Amino acid sequence: MLSVKDLQVQIEDKSILKGINLEIKPGEVHAIMGPNGSGKSTLANVLAGREEYEVTGGSVEYLGEDLLEMEVDERALAGIFMAFQYPVEIPGVSTSNFLKSIVNASRKSKGLEELNALQMLKLIREKIKMVDMDEKFLKRSLNEGFSGGEKKRSEMLQMALLEPQLAVLDETDSGLDIDALRIVAEAVNKLRTQDRSFIVVTHYQRLLNYIVPDFVHVLYNGRIVKSGDKSLALELEEKGYDWIKQEADAVSAL
Amino acid sequence: MSDSMVTLEEHTRSDYKYGFTSNIETETIPKGLNEDVVRLISQKKEEPEWLTEWRLKAFRHWQTLTEPTWPNVEYPPVDFQDIIYYAAPKKKELLNSLDEVDPELLRTFEKLGIPLEEQKMLAGVAVDAVIDSVSVKTTYKEKLAELGIIFSSFSEAVKEHPELIKKYIGSVVPYTDNFYAALNSAVFSDGSFVYIPKGVKCPMELSTYFRINERNTGQFERTLIIAEEGSSVSYLEGCTAPMRDENQLHAAVVELMTMDNATIKYSTVQNWYPGDKDGKGGIYNFVTKRGLCEGVNSKITWTQVETGSAITWKYPSCVLKGDNSIGEFYSVAVTNNYQQADTGTKMIHLGKNTRSTIISKGISAGFSDNSYRGLVKVGKKAENAHNFSQCDSLLMGDKCGAHTFPYLEVENSTAKVEHEATTSKIGEDQLFYLMQRGLSEEDAINTIVNGYCKEVFNELPMEFAVEAQKLLAISLEGSVG
Repeated sequence: MLSVKDLQVQIEDKSILKGINLEIKPGEVHAIMGPNGSGKSTLANVLAGREEYEVTGGSVEYLGEDLLEMEVDERALAGIFMAFQYPVEIPGVSTSNFLKSIVNASRKSKGLEELNALQMLKLIREKIKMVDMDEKFLKRSLNEGFSGGEKKRSEMLQMALLEPQLAVLDETDSGLDIDALRIVAEAVNKLRTQDRSFIVVTHYQRLLNYIVPDFVHVLYNGRIVKSGDKSLALELEEKGYDWIKQEADAVSAL
Repeated sequence: MSDSMVTLEEHTRSDYKYGFTSNIETETIPKGLNEDVVRLISQKKEEPEWLTEWRLKAFRHWQTLTEPTWPNVEYPPVDFQDIIYYAAPKKKELLNSLDEVDPELLRTFEKLGIPLEEQKMLAGVAVDAVIDSVSVKTTYKEKLAELGIIFSSFSEAVKEHPELIKKYIGSVVPYTDNFYAALNSAVFSDGSFVYIPKGVKCPMELSTYFRINERNTGQFERTLIIAEEGSSVSYLEGCTAPMRDENQLHAAVVELMTMDNATIKYSTVQNWYPGDKDGKGGIYNFVTKRGLCEGVNSKITWTQVETGSAITWKYPSCVLKGDNSIGEFYSVAVTNNYQQADTGTKMIHLGKNTRSTIISKGISAGFSDNSYRGLVKVGKKAENAHNFSQCDSLLMGDKCGAHTFPYLEVENSTAKVEHEATTSKIGEDQLFYLMQRGLSEEDAINTIVNGYCKEVFNELPMEFAVEAQKLLAISLEGSVG
């Protein structure tokens, strides 16, 4: 599904990713972990197509297409969804209208008929239960005045509505209490299917207690320095990141 | 709106199509302005002597004034002797089909969702009158007349209701008010007159769509609306379709007056030709609009969506004379390319417990300059006056400008005045977020901008609000990225 080869990225002349390789098959859940400043969020943003990041080398293939050639909205319509670490507030735009327009934009691109107001309401009501949100929030402006937990649940609701092929969760657990964390994780688990893949970017292991990954990669200093299964996450929880840093620094000193 | 009202409105719109293509002979007088020209205008319009004299007084006063230079706009000096001050409505040369119309214009019509027949009418293509327009005109006139409502052109009102015109003309905006008001008073061409009698709630939105030949009276328009005790009316002015006009200078005057417990809601969509992408051409729109809340508990609301004109100079104001009276100003002003706007409001609190609200949303794009200028004045006797002002500016790109000039004069210590102002750039973060959800860049910008303007659009009548949103999208096309 996604094939990242030797991806190099810089921002304002500063090299952030220094050759990332990553293969993701349909239905797999990959966790990307690493200390602060290792480039985790950069990887998520580059996959979604954020402009500030300059790709200086390597390639990314998504469903057989050159992902780096696609615009942000094209990537979204092709099934890439990014759950933001800090979803931005958009004043005056009602959440329900926003949900309606993104669902219909997605349907239109798939050649499906747009939903009318009634069908839309039914769909949203069905999905909103999954993230345990009050319907009142539909009337509020998008993300405006939402608590941290509400913002993340709103992200999960959008994911449930758009049914992406590849979902990239950028530090979705940051700032969440344990209850909110569980709700978010449950939403992800309900959406796990045989052909839907996830990239879960996280600093802490605790999210992975709920979303059990197939693979764990440790990013340090712009490179994936270690990959393994879910036990690697537990090892990191126990020992911290220092031993990984030391190993990696020793290798690069050779 | 009831079914019969909807039908009525549809029919009267057809009436307007007919009006636009009606054949009226062309008649103009030479360029320039002097007392003879003022007399000639008055004579051609068969006005009573008192009105001729009033125009002359205005003209004499105008000669003592100089053009204001305080607005934050720049333009070459206007040669007032190089303007034709009277032209009877011209017959438009009709095209045979839409194929002959500028495709750019058609594309805009398409985006605004204007029906095909109306497109033809706006573009000056010959249309068949779909229904008998005379009967429709009679229908709505009868309906309004039953209630004692007068809604007519200004010239017609001068002939049919001279006592009302004589009593109220210049009572809110005297000809001595300012340079352009004086000029308008001397040479005004036509406009609208509305009179709502005591206790009558006008059952339909009064729109300039209803009136024949409206389009040809744009240059020096004069509008007067009087709402008697306990009455109410909603008036719509303008049109979202692009308006081209060879007259560069527009100087209108609008006067509103509400008696005890009366309400006037005045909504404008202004989309005059803004000039081309390089700033050539475009209308100079120098307008004086003022409402007087004469009676207690009366209310005047101005709502405006300004997207057109090369230069806009306009401050729809409220004088809150009656105790407990309310003034409101809701504005969206968009400037793109090389447009300049200096617009805002004045809220003059004279009566006790008067309240005013100002919500101004400026959007600047391209190389344009957009200024908010507003005065809140609380007089000595205005106990417990309350004003809330919110002035927001949105910048699109880094070559445009946004400015805020708030003035505050408070002479009564019980007044409560709140002012909030923000300036923001259209956020890359917001754009990225919306596009990541699959919206195109254009849709993403429209979503953000319409959200930003929501408080103002909420004040517009429903159909107008929908058109205004589309208009905004067109005005800002190509302004980002």
